[in-house]
Amino acid sequence: MDFTYTLAIILLPLVTFLTIGLLDKSMPNKLAGVLGTASIGTSFLLACYTAYQYFFVYGMVDGVYQKIIAYHITWLKFTDTLHIDLGVILDPISVMMLLVVTTVSLMVHIYSNGYMHGERGFNKFFSFLSLFSFSMLGLVVATNLFQMYIFWELVGVSSFLLIGYYYEKPSAVAASKKAFITTRFADLGFLIGILLLSWYTGTFDFVQLTQTSAIGTLESPAIATMGGISFMGLSVISWALILIFMGGAGKSAMFPLHIWLPDAMEGPTPVSALIHAATMVVAGVFLVARLFPIYAIAAPDALTVVMWVGAFSSLFAAIIACTQYDIKRVLAFSTMSQIGYMMLALGVSKYGGENGLGFTASMFHLTTHAMFKALLFLGAGSIIHAVHSNSMLDMGGLRKYMPITFITFGIAWLAICGFPGLSGFFSKDEILVAAMQNNTPVFIIAVVVAGLTAFYMSRLFFSVFFGKETKYHHTPHESPKTMTIPLMVLAFFAIFAGYIPFSKFVTSDGAAFATHFHWNVAIPVTLIAFIGMGIAYVLYFKESTIPTKVTKALKGVYTTIYNKFYIDEIYLFVTKKILFNIVARSIAWFDRHVIDATMNGFATVTNYVSNSIKGLQSGQVQKYGLVFLMGALTFALIFIYLVTK
Amino acid sequence: MIEGIELQHILIVTTLMFFIGVYGFLVRRNLITILMASELILNSVSINFVVFNKYLYPDALQGYMFAIFVIAIAAAEAAVAIAIIINVYRRFKSVNVENVHEMKY
Repeated sequence: MDFTYTLAIILLPLVTFLTIGLLDKSMPNKLAGVLGTASIGTSFLLACYTAYQYFFVYGMVDGVYQKIIAYHITWLKFTDTLHIDLGVILDPISVMMLLVVTTVSLMVHIYSNGYMHGERGFNKFFSFLSLFSFSMLGLVVATNLFQMYIFWELVGVSSFLLIGYYYEKPSAVAASKKAFITTRFADLGFLIGILLLSWYTGTFDFVQLTQTSAIGTLESPAIATMGGISFMGLSVISWALILIFMGGAGKSAMFPLHIWLPDAMEGPTPVSALIHAATMVVAGVFLVARLFPIYAIAAPDALTVVMWVGAFSSLFAAIIACTQYDIKRVLAFSTMSQIGYMMLALGVSKYGGENGLGFTASMFHLTTHAMFKALLFLGAGSIIHAVHSNSMLDMGGLRKYMPITFITFGIAWLAICGFPGLSGFFSKDEILVAAMQNNTPVFIIAVVVAGLTAFYMSRLFFSVFFGKETKYHHTPHESPKTMTIPLMVLAFFAIFAGYIPFSKFVTSDGAAFATHFHWNVAIPVTLIAFIGMGIAYVLYFKESTIPTKVTKALKGVYTTIYNKFYIDEIYLFVTKKILFNIVARSIAWFDRHVIDATMNGFATVTNYVSNSIKGLQSGQVQKYGLVFLMGALTFALIFIYLVTK
Repeated sequence: MIEGIELQHILIVTTLMFFIGVYGFLVRRNLITILMASELILNSVSINFVVFNKYLYPDALQGYMFAIFVIAIAAAEAAVAIAIIINVYRRFKSVNVENVHEMKY
């Protein structure tokens, strides 16, 4: 089977980006919107076709999903074994990601037609969206680490461009810089990790790196030798993979590199839905999943790091989300928390068969989360569009004015809370089962997070759609069709994505296995979620004074959490006070007073000396002659003296 | 070998000539006189060549050839120098070297 056509999925958005980007103002806005939507729509259809062909027709050989290289060119050849290629790899996770990315991207494109209507720079927005889609699709089909790194940076750039879309707002500019610098800093670790890994294995290629033998060990002999070399108590391969994970943590906003994500909400809401909820931020999860055989088999230490970072971030973000008032920031912290969930699921997973449940659960949650979180963000965009404010304090009782947004948002809310029957319920359940089977402390954290998630999402939902009756300047109205249709489509997925038998398609080793539903996990966790929702109901469904009283009673704790545990302030302290003030200043002083001064000293001395001796050059030929004669005589005398001695 | 005249005597004469030339070169202010002084220096050296050839290597010719060579060079040099001097005169209305000091810092 020839899968070369998959290349078109990636290249279509690129062509669109160039077309819209180059024509820019000479193109009517409507045409740009339609063109962008049509091209990603075509990509979406092709991705569906690919998924059908891969999962149901050609992908499986002997009960195992193969890694198919659909397209491949050697790009930079260093040695016979070490070369950087560009290509398209098809395996369960990349095909799954193709579907997720194109689906969400298509919905966001349609939605943006309505949301961005009449904005200045409408065409620019669509060209950036296409650029992002291209980069993200290129990332998921990367055949080797280096291609992944290239597209990794490209999504970073598109994210930067889109966060800073309202470039006249200083806060948006600051947020885009923050996002770019933070992720860039994390990518430094990623690059070092890639170099370490490729230095020892001599290859960037995913297929070669992750090839496993029948008994479940890695076939690449280079990785075995790498395991033997150790540095500071960990094997080199663990270091390499921890550094690679650092890149993933930066992109996926894991603690402590999460600081950029809440600020990234300065971008237009469709961008938040596409990049900062559904696709780009899960790139870190995808990266770990892509290298999962190495993590699980050769570097369990690195996988433990992944697990704890994920678990901690998930709890950390869930706590902060309970106190925020900006609707998008609540969702941003919720995203961070859910990605932490995926990370911890990967962390508790083992390689192969049913032991790989965590891997499957993580990918499952990635898919369902992409759907309902994109829906939540687009719903939030719809609300913001109507109310013209991001603050939950300005909202209340919106259910009457915006029925479609209300219903679809409600579905997404139930899905993320883990309401039985909706997608989030199934994927969370699998994660919790995997955690329970492998690591009890992590399981407890995950359960707590599930309760907190239910609480803060219900808080958001109740205080926006119910709660106090707010006086609006003008009556909020339902959004146009272009915005509500994507909401309805995503709501459909948010309900039914949970019924996909994921363990049949996406597993750590490609072989399908059967999952069993664990009532002993599902029932207590659902109860905990209901308790969370119940508390939120009591506090926020009707206007009540209890929340204020609680915050008053827990003033210190509340302020700390509200200020996100002062992590931003710590970063500012470290960068401004320590790096800029102490380190940079002393270095600047050294530069100015020692290095510059030395050079200036040379110049001054030269200047002074030449000034004082320039009188010798009098222009009088005879003086020169005299000096010359004296010199010649002196030399002659020295010569005679030396000869006669 | 010239009867009754020793090599040293001739060398004393040429050395005197040489230093008279150097003295004139350094002290005189008139460009033409300076040129003449430099001719004195050249001629003293030519005489040295000839004398050394004559007294030390009577069978060889190199010294004579060199003397002729120096004379030819001196002629060419004098032509150039005089051309320069004429140009200097046209520009400065003077052949006094002290007026010609544009070649300074």
